[in-house]
Amino acid sequence: MSTAETTITPTSRGRETGSWTARRITGVALKYLIIIFLAASYAFPLYWMVSSALKDDPQVYRIPPVLAPNPAHWNNFIDAWRSDEFTLYTFNSVFRYALPNTLFTVISSTLVAYGFSRIKWPGRDKLFYLCIATMLIPYTVTMVPLFIVFKRLQDAGLGRWIGTYNPMVVPALFGNAFYIFLLRQFFLTLPEELSDAARVDGASELGTLVRILLPLMKPALAVVALFQFMGTWADYLGPLIYINKYTMYPLALGIQKLRAMMSSVGNAPLAYPYLMAVSTVAAAPIIIIFFFAQRTFIEGIALTGLKG
Amino acid sequence: MAVASLSPKGSARMTKGERHNLMMGLLFVSPWILGFLIWTLYPLLSSVFFSFTRYDFITPMKFIGMQNYVEIFTRDPRFYTVVYNTFYYVGIGVPLGVAVAFLMANLLNTDVKGRSVFRAIFYVPSIIPAICSAMVWLFIFNNQYGVINNVLRALGRPIIPFLSNPTLSKPSLILIHLWAQGTAVVIFLAALQDVPRSLYEAATVDGANGWHKFRHITIPLSSPIIMYNLIMGLISGFQTFLMPYLLTNGGPMASTEFYAMHLYRNAFELFRMGKACALAWLMFVVLAAFTLFIFRTSARWVFYGGEK
Repeated sequence: MSTAETTITPTSRGRETGSWTARRITGVALKYLIIIFLAASYAFPLYWMVSSALKDDPQVYRIPPVLAPNPAHWNNFIDAWRSDEFTLYTFNSVFRYALPNTLFTVISSTLVAYGFSRIKWPGRDKLFYLCIATMLIPYTVTMVPLFIVFKRLQDAGLGRWIGTYNPMVVPALFGNAFYIFLLRQFFLTLPEELSDAARVDGASELGTLVRILLPLMKPALAVVALFQFMGTWADYLGPLIYINKYTMYPLALGIQKLRAMMSSVGNAPLAYPYLMAVSTVAAAPIIIIFFFAQRTFIEGIALTGLKG
Repeated sequence: MAVASLSPKGSARMTKGERHNLMMGLLFVSPWILGFLIWTLYPLLSSVFFSFTRYDFITPMKFIGMQNYVEIFTRDPRFYTVVYNTFYYVGIGVPLGVAVAFLMANLLNTDVKGRSVFRAIFYVPSIIPAICSAMVWLFIFNNQYGVINNVLRALGRPIIPFLSNPTLSKPSLILIHLWAQGTAVVIFLAALQDVPRSLYEAATVDGANGWHKFRHITIPLSSPIIMYNLIMGLISGFQTFLMPYLLTNGGPMASTEFYAMHLYRNAFELFRMGKACALAWLMFVVLAAFTLFIFRTSARWVFYGGEK
């Protein structure tokens, strides 16, 4: 660990910064060796996922392992996709869950964050601290009583909950503490004069928010939308609890179903290329989104940690 | 506005503008207030009540006093197993995860070429869907077909039963946990970049070596973020569910059966909602105690002087 530090500063007195002593060269080389080793180990599982998705069975199980698929079996992706209702699962993931949830979360969290930052009213900050504190309540604790709430609502004839995505989508209308916090921090960075000018012109609070502030909030809203979309796209536990029909499965549960299917007919090992192919498809949107919006991501993440 | 005309004298201390602000503020924040009451406070409080009942959705709910708690502590042999496993995982995995993330961030904070590429490589594993990571690691750790064991076979060495040996199963899960530390790395890196360069330069002039600077500048100035990552790690660590559920389903010999899984099974496999609520409430108390302990002791080891 001290390796990293010793390399940025020459050990002898620090006067000859920039001069390349033998010791300094060894230090820098060692540092790169460690970083490249770490990066290789971190990247390997994902590399292995993609490369195994392109192999046929003999290539997957050869000893010693085959590092790169040769030849690459691109039709694995099509065959794996057709082995179950993956198009339907993807449709469920996106249109029944991720998109409505993300839309609701962005709208509701923006409104609440506005109320917590751009309007001054007594008790505001106390309530905001309460809002932050709820982030410390683990989902595992409310998971069971929440299920009871939805079950009882359904039994009382108040809406359909169990077996639908409603328990995962409707609460998004009420804002998410984490994003409220994040958007509030962004709102606070916008100059107060903007709102004052709009108010003098007779704009309502909502008008000020939509016409004056929202255009300036695009990066922050992108962070919220991206994080929430990724979270719901990847969510496993929510659908595991509430979705009980195959036709309603999201992609994540569909992958687990493929695995269970393969092992139930006794060829669990042979399922791996297909499993890797479908997993690659499920991970691809996340990785693509990340590479296109890397700055947005890194800044969003950094902000949540730093101001916390 | 209707409210304002209702009680013209009642809130005489407030001007019309202040009253308007209060109404507007509450209006904007109201989704969160409602959501907090419905989706957090009510479930939390009702789970206390449910924990004193026998409730399975089929037979009518029955009040049974402390019986669920008595059962958990005296007649549930699994309980002590899952508590041990969870403390093992949290006690080793969480501090190790924070330490690894911190050291990796320090490594990247030196003048490394291609820092953003390395940062991306470390970050991506933490955002891809858990189901994808689970499938990949299942494959990599496989005894017969996994890449590591196939390399060992090729070298004529004995294989490592990562997930099928009760002694190795928890360390294997911790290894996967360390692989998914990207978010913490990004947060740490942002914090490290905020440490004023001048401090290091002044220390260099005073003859401090790399270790001294790391120990007396880097660590104290990062300690609020270390605490943040520690608390977040603790909260998610106690809730560990998905990886063991998908990779080992609690086995072998219950060595990876964790608290959240025990709670889930009681609720959604055995339909013992009352007992599950008791388990949830116990978890909440323990987690709150841990968090409070960290906050209380933080004055001794967290340095806030660097806050802007």
